[in-house]
Amino acid sequence: MCALEEMTGVSKESVRVMEEPDIKRALNRIAHEIMEKNRGAQDLCIIGIRTRGVYMAERIAGIIREVEGVAVPVGTLDIAMYRDDIGTKPSPEVRSTDIPCDVTGMSVILVDDVLFTGRSARAAMDAVIDFGRPHSIQLAVLIDRGHRELPIRADYVGKNIPTSRTEKVRVALRELDGTDAVDRDSQEPEGLDSSVREGS
Amino acid sequence: MRGPLSLIDIDQLSSEDIQWILETAESFEEVSTRAIKKVPTLRGKTVVNLFYEASTRTRLSFEVAAKRLSADVLNFAAQQSSVSKGESLKDTALTLEAMGVDAIIVRHSSAGAPHLLSLWVEPRIINAGDGMHAHPTQALLDLYSLRKARGDVAGCRVALVGDIAHSRVARSDLQAFSKMGAEVTLVGPPTLMPAGVERFGAKVSHDLDEVIPDCDVLYMLRVQLERQAEGLFPDLREYSELYGLNSDRMRRAPRDVVVMHPGPMNRGVEISAEVADDPRNIVTDQVVNGVAVRMAVLYMMLGGD
Repeated sequence: MCALEEMTGVSKESVRVMEEPDIKRALNRIAHEIMEKNRGAQDLCIIGIRTRGVYMAERIAGIIREVEGVAVPVGTLDIAMYRDDIGTKPSPEVRSTDIPCDVTGMSVILVDDVLFTGRSARAAMDAVIDFGRPHSIQLAVLIDRGHRELPIRADYVGKNIPTSRTEKVRVALRELDGTDAVDRDSQEPEGLDSSVREGS
Repeated sequence: MRGPLSLIDIDQLSSEDIQWILETAESFEEVSTRAIKKVPTLRGKTVVNLFYEASTRTRLSFEVAAKRLSADVLNFAAQQSSVSKGESLKDTALTLEAMGVDAIIVRHSSAGAPHLLSLWVEPRIINAGDGMHAHPTQALLDLYSLRKARGDVAGCRVALVGDIAHSRVARSDLQAFSKMGAEVTLVGPPTLMPAGVERFGAKVSHDLDEVIPDCDVLYMLRVQLERQAEGLFPDLREYSELYGLNSDRMRRAPRDVVVMHPGPMNRGVEISAEVADDPRNIVTDQVVNGVAVRMAVLYMMLGGD
């Protein structure tokens, strides 16, 4: 990476915006807000959007189990089949989806690591609706970095981070990356990487 | 993944490509278990089944796969078309191209027809069986089925039994199984072995009973009944006696042997009715898996830029 930066003259600066305890507190608060808004944990289904949303969903369900004593079903959603940019780049990888309960009548909490353009959330909502007619769909994210391209907002936000479009927000989670952290990488000059997607 | 412009034969795929297709198929399998068996992935794409030869499962399988991905499907059967008025393969393909189809799934009695199509027209070409040449999606679904039945293809001892010479399934399966690390033995009468079979790099045997105790998979090829008229084997009963899979032979095979067949089965010829209904025969799983694998292939060919 360093060699590349020297060669291209692109300077890259990385800022740590959340440490492990921050992430823990944020997920704790989100879990409590979910219970508060839904008056408990009855008829809840928590669905993590691949990849890191899945681990966040499991953690949130764990906190709810501790507090309410209710085992909330946790699902996994891969949105590749629902993307709106199919045919414009190489076929994205499709991984498995597992929705463990009938979502009809349930309050579905979609969980993702970063909310950016809103296109992933749109795809995820379409996918959930193909499985049934939920009572409601709510969105929980660890980071909201702005720059929405669709009329979508999150119901539960761990942290709002103002970013420029070209910056990258990297979420690391213990289960996958060995550590819990959120970093913001600024990249200059602008406009080099227009394909930066939320989350990945 | 950037898919090939045309899928003609297994040898154009690397083992990584095959791995990608099998993993993608695994993800698509779930779609067929939903109440609403449809995802919007390929909406707006049009595929055509261009079949110059009879087919039940391959054509239906491609049609179901395309529809579950929301693609539009046109069906073309040569018998009911202008082909019966003498229209050539090339003109037929140019007509389809002019109608804006995105992919042509072609079956033809002449080897090389899909390859020619890929030179003439823009749409993606998928070979659904050409003459005695290749049937790549059958080989992919066989790999997928075997992997599900045994956990892993690598190290599996596979006997491909029957008419090796005239079988496009045998050719594609031999390549696919070998590429993924299986050990393949070709079994059949000398008259049904292709000339120069040694060059395939597989073991060859003319004695099924000798092979049976040491194989994990018995892949029974369909006897193409029309071949008997060419005098390549004396009669069906003798063939069945020497190369048919019956309960007696199953008893001498390892207890957990997997029996496969590309369909349609000739009960009482290459496979006895009892073995056809044996739970170790995974022919219906092969059909189920065919849909998921063809969804993955269509996605690979049409889901990219």
